Amino acid sequence: MIKFDKVSKWYGAFQVLTDCSLQVEKGEVIVVCGPSGSGKSTLIKCVNALESYQSGSLTVENIEVGAARTDQRKLRQRIGMVFQNFELYPHLNVLDNLRLAQMKVLGRDGKTAADVAVRLLERVGMQSHQAKFPGQLSGGQQQRVAIARALVMDPVAMLFDEPTSALDPEMVSEVLDVMAQLAQQGMTMMCVTHEMGFARRVADRIVFMDAGSIVEAAPAEIFFNAPQSRRARDFLSMILPR
Amino acid sequence: MDFDIDVIARNFSLLAEGMLTTLRLTSLALLFGLAWGTLLTLGRLAPGRFLPALAALYVNGIRAVPLIMVIFWIYFLLPVLSGAQIGAFYSALVAFVLFEGAYFSEIIRAGIKSISQGQLRAALSTGMTYLQGMRYVILPQAFRKMAPVLLTQSIALFQDTSLVYVVGLMDFMTASAMVASRDGRLVELYSFAALVYLVISLAATFVVRRMEQKFKA
Repeated sequence: MIKFDKVSKWYGAFQVLTDCSLQVEKGEVIVVCGPSGSGKSTLIKCVNALESYQSGSLTVENIEVGAARTDQRKLRQRIGMVFQNFELYPHLNVLDNLRLAQMKVLGRDGKTAADVAVRLLERVGMQSHQAKFPGQLSGGQQQRVAIARALVMDPVAMLFDEPTSALDPEMVSEVLDVMAQLAQQGMTMMCVTHEMGFARRVADRIVFMDAGSIVEAAPAEIFFNAPQSRRARDFLSMILPR
Repeated sequence: MDFDIDVIARNFSLLAEGMLTTLRLTSLALLFGLAWGTLLTLGRLAPGRFLPALAALYVNGIRAVPLIMVIFWIYFLLPVLSGAQIGAFYSALVAFVLFEGAYFSEIIRAGIKSISQGQLRAALSTGMTYLQGMRYVILPQAFRKMAPVLLTQSIALFQDTSLVYVVGLMDFMTASAMVASRDGRLVELYSFAALVYLVISLAATFVVRRMEQKFKA
């Protein structure tokens, strides 16, 4: 469904992605991990064209993301994204946060959009907070609403960019639970996260990146039990409790 | 020296009409000035080189000339260039919109810059266009933050409309000046005019203060 083929990206003379190749199947859950600055976020942001790439090929359902004739808006409608800092719209209440793009992008009427919104708020356990503003919610609640905001667009895949990094520790699990549930229901997902417990439990494959390259891409149990590369071993020894 | 306060009562309808013109000019200039300022800001923040450069040239150019010159310029030169007679009120309105738009755009630009870029990325990620993201996500937040500064600029605009005196538009200032010289009551009329401007501006400033406190909370 999502296919990277030797994708490279530069910021001026600095290369942030080097020949990244990866194929993500429909329904697959990929966790992207690696040291900070390794290009993880940049890699997944290429999928919905929030970041551009300069060489190689990246296709979503056989459509080349970077091609000039590709309608990036159409592409983004079909790929949901969840951000580290939630990025809910603070001037709109929860319901309107979920209705805005449905009405302005998909052209749904207010009633239909509200019905879809409520259905997805129920799915993330936030239906009783419809009328609240983002500022009145905890971080974990905001992130669950942000996940619902992405889901109302009926995406074929979801991107998560460090969805729990800005959360207090006691709120991490409520967000991970929602993500795990989503994975179980067959959503195609690419998650940048440092939550290795989640990765072990939910991910089909782990992609390990370092210095802009994909060093290793392996099924979760193989990656955690027998990492092939030295860099992955070093990384795991630093972040996993002994 | 005799102080004839009755001269104001005798000319009340003329003065009131003048104030109506002043308020009409201020509110229309505010409305269209904000719209023009928003467009200029979108131009300055637009992708590419041409639009931002053009908008910056305009904004910096306008801010480098005196307002009274722009008023004169539109009043005398626009009819010559366009062949159309639009009258003192509309030529003054055009001048204020062109002038204030530049100042408003600087305020709006600062307001937009104060909103996190992540908000626009979130809007784009749901398939909204850049303009939709601006319209529904960035600008509503920016205007809320800018409201006190914009109102302060509007108070300045209200005072500046008195400059239409130079093109003979019968606003409150011109009406006061006319009655003053016609009836020989300079002290009374100019004191009254000063008092009216003072009261309205102070009242508006008070409202802005209250707003600022409310927005902080």
